[in-house]
Amino acid sequence: MSLVRALGAVVGRELRLAARAPAEAAQPLLFYALVVALFPLGVAPNEPSLPVYAPALVWIAALLATLMTLERVFRNDYEDGSLEQLALAPLPLPLSVLAKLAAHWLLGGLPLVLVAPLLAAGLGLDAAAGRALTLALLLGTPTLVLLGGFAAALTVGLPRAGVLLPILVLPMLSPVLIFGAGAARAAAQGLDPTAPLYFLAALLALSLTLVPFAAAAALRNALES
Amino acid sequence: MNWTWFHRLGSPPSFFRFAERLAPWLAGLSLLLIAAACYAGLYLAPPDYQQGDAFRIIYVHVPTAAISLSIYALMAVAGAIALIWRMKLAEVAVVAAAPIGASFTVVALVTGMLWGKPMWGAYWVWDARLTSELVLLFLYIGVIALNSAFNDPRAAARACAWLALVGVVNVPIVKFSVDWWNSLHQGSTLLSMEGMKNPKMSTPMLWPLLASLAGFYLLFGAALLRRMQNILLERERRAAWVRELMEAPR
Repeated sequence: MSLVRALGAVVGRELRLAARAPAEAAQPLLFYALVVALFPLGVAPNEPSLPVYAPALVWIAALLATLMTLERVFRNDYEDGSLEQLALAPLPLPLSVLAKLAAHWLLGGLPLVLVAPLLAAGLGLDAAAGRALTLALLLGTPTLVLLGGFAAALTVGLPRAGVLLPILVLPMLSPVLIFGAGAARAAAQGLDPTAPLYFLAALLALSLTLVPFAAAAALRNALES
Repeated sequence: MNWTWFHRLGSPPSFFRFAERLAPWLAGLSLLLIAAACYAGLYLAPPDYQQGDAFRIIYVHVPTAAISLSIYALMAVAGAIALIWRMKLAEVAVVAAAPIGASFTVVALVTGMLWGKPMWGAYWVWDARLTSELVLLFLYIGVIALNSAFNDPRAAARACAWLALVGVVNVPIVKFSVDWWNSLHQGSTLLSMEGMKNPKMSTPMLWPLLASLAGFYLLFGAALLRRMQNILLERERRAAWVRELMEAPR
C-alpha cells in the first residue's frame, strides 16, 4: 500500500507543480494546435489533398510538442537536488521515473489526444479516420513520452540538451509515426485500422516495461558524474 | 581454462600493445582481400543477365550494408559489457565504433543510391531497406552527438552504452515497421534457407562477394583497434605507460 501512496505522491507533486504554473502547462497544446493550423496556410486555399497529409501532420506536431517539454521533466529536479532525494528514497527509481512520466503524459500527452478529433475535422478527415487518429494518438503518445523521457534522463546533466534530445529520440520514434499515421490512413481509405493500432499497443507495452529501467539507470549515471 | 590472458587484455597498456601488433595484419589482409574481390568482381565475374554491369556495385554495397548493422550490434554488446562489468575497454569500444559504423552506413547508402539510379530510375526512393538504413545512420549520429556533449569521458561512454542498448532493441522494430510501410528492395540473395542448400548466385559472382565481405570486416577490425588506441592515449594521457610510450625512442 505504501508503494501506491508513494507513487501517488510523486504524481501528485508533478500535477501540483504544473497547477502552480498553468500557462506553462498549456504551452505544448498551443504549440501543437498552432503547427497544425499553420500548415493549411502553406498550401492552396481549400486544397483537396489536405486530408491525405492530415495524419502525418498531426503526428509530427504531436512529436514536436511532446519533445519540446520533455527536456524539463528531470531538469528542475536535477538542479534543485530533489532528483537525488528521489534516487535515495526506498521507492525503486524505475517506479518513480514511471510515475513522473505518467504525470507528464497526463499534462502534455492527454490534451493532444483530446484535441485531435477537432483538428482531424478541421483538416477534412472523415469520422472513421478521425477516430482512428485519436485512438492511435492515445496509444502512441505514452510511447513518445517514455522514450523521450529516456533521452531526457540521458541528457539531464548536460548544459545544452535542447536540440540533442530530439536528435537522440526522433529516429527511435519512427515506428510510432508509421503505425500511428498508418492507422488513420487505413481508416481514411475505408480499411480496418486494427492492425496498426495493435502494433502501437505492442510498442506501448514494450516501452512501458523496459524504458523505466533504462531511464532510471541513465539518471543514476548522470547523478554519479 | 586459464583466463588470465583475458584479464590482462582488459588493461589499457596491454591492450594497446596487443592492438599495435594486430592492427597492421588486419589492415594488410583486408587490403589484399578487398583488392582481390574488386579485381574478381569487376573483371572476372560475368555481367548479370538482367542488371548488366550495374550489379557489380554489390561488392561494396552489400558488405558495407551488412557490416553497418553488425557494428551496431557490436556496439550494444560492448555497451552491455561496459555497464555490467564497468570494463574501461568496452566503454572505449562503444565510443570508437560509432563513427566507423556511421561511415559504413554512409557508404552503403551512397552506393545504394548510385545503383538505384539506373535500376529504379531515381537516386532515392522511400523503400523499406533504404529508409531503415537511413534511420540507422541517425541512430549512429545520435550516439556520436551524445558522446561529444559530455565533458567526462566515462559518463559519456556509459550514456552512449545505454543509448546503444535501447537502440539495438529498436533497430528490429524500425526494420519491421518500415517493411510494413513499404518494400521495393530486392530480397536477400545470400541469406535464405534455400540459398544455403542451393546457391542462388553463381560461383564466379559469389566468391568475390564473400571475399569482400571478409575484407571489409577486417578493415572494420583494423579501424576499430586504431581508434581505440587513439582514445586510450587521450584518456590516459596522464598515466605512466603513455608517458613511457611517448618518451621511448622510435
